[in-house]
Amino acid sequence: MIDVAHSSPAILASFLASSVECVEALTIVLAVGAVRGWRPALIGTALAAGLLVILVAIFGAGLSLIPLASLQTAIGILLLLFGMRWLRKAVLRAGGIIALRDEAANYASETQALRSEPGERRGWDPIGIATSFKAVTLEGIEVVFIVIAVGAVGGLLVPATIGALAAAAMVAGIGLLLHRPLARVPENALKFAVGIMLSSFGTFWIGEGYGVEWPGGDLSVPGLIAGFLTASLISVGIIRRIRRLTLLSPAA
Amino acid sequence: MKQILAIGTEIFGLFVEDARLTAALAVWIAVAAVTRIWWQSAPRLGAIALFVGFAVILCENVLHVARRG
Repeated sequence: MIDVAHSSPAILASFLASSVECVEALTIVLAVGAVRGWRPALIGTALAAGLLVILVAIFGAGLSLIPLASLQTAIGILLLLFGMRWLRKAVLRAGGIIALRDEAANYASETQALRSEPGERRGWDPIGIATSFKAVTLEGIEVVFIVIAVGAVGGLLVPATIGALAAAAMVAGIGLLLHRPLARVPENALKFAVGIMLSSFGTFWIGEGYGVEWPGGDLSVPGLIAGFLTASLISVGIIRRIRRLTLLSPAA
Repeated sequence: MKQILAIGTEIFGLFVEDARLTAALAVWIAVAAVTRIWWQSAPRLGAIALFVGFAVILCENVLHVARRG
């Protein structure tokens, strides 16, 4: 029986992060399906899914052999680096420094590239299979990492896996219905939220591994989330101000 | 081989995108580990310092990028 109150942050973090990765993988699988046919698109996806299941089984089993303090520190560092990468990008996008990701444009460029590739487009199409396999494997490895990192330390692998599977099912279902990339997903808002959550979890686990005493114990995680959110929003505000001043200055 | 290299690069890229940010975080993590013995007498202060350090590093990094345009 899953304790919902204890596991809901892991389910939510895993669900949101996996949604972003699944949307990116779906764009390429749809492009392969539209240009090279659905058979290679689905074969590549199935092969990648099989590889990911094997990776989860290997790493999931191996984690139980690592001492808890070392595991907390190592997972915390990886979560922090991963979360900060997303958070940094989301802040810069929200501040207008770098462009927002455009799934429709990515779909168009992927279909264009696939059309220019030679080779068999019906039946056994190595290019279609490889493209689909690579996209699902690369995005899926991020999902596997998120599931393991979010779930491994607190014994929350099952809730984190449920969150990721729910995200994959939701994105695949919507993709199946629409047959076009999910261009209207607020990807930057999702990355912003996930970056904050993963950075907070990472900071918490590093502290636990180092033996610090978090005020309020586990309840300090919402406090860390609030802290990173405040720091990020202040940064976005300052960046927008810098941009406005730069655009208004005579030298610009 | 190309596919394996691409996957390896992708995994590395999961954690390292901006070398400046990664280096700053690594230094703060190392400083916290080395000075652990001193702040164990005030473990709550250590927790707060750990978070504040990461938050400051994030803010400094994005503002640095914004100033450079």
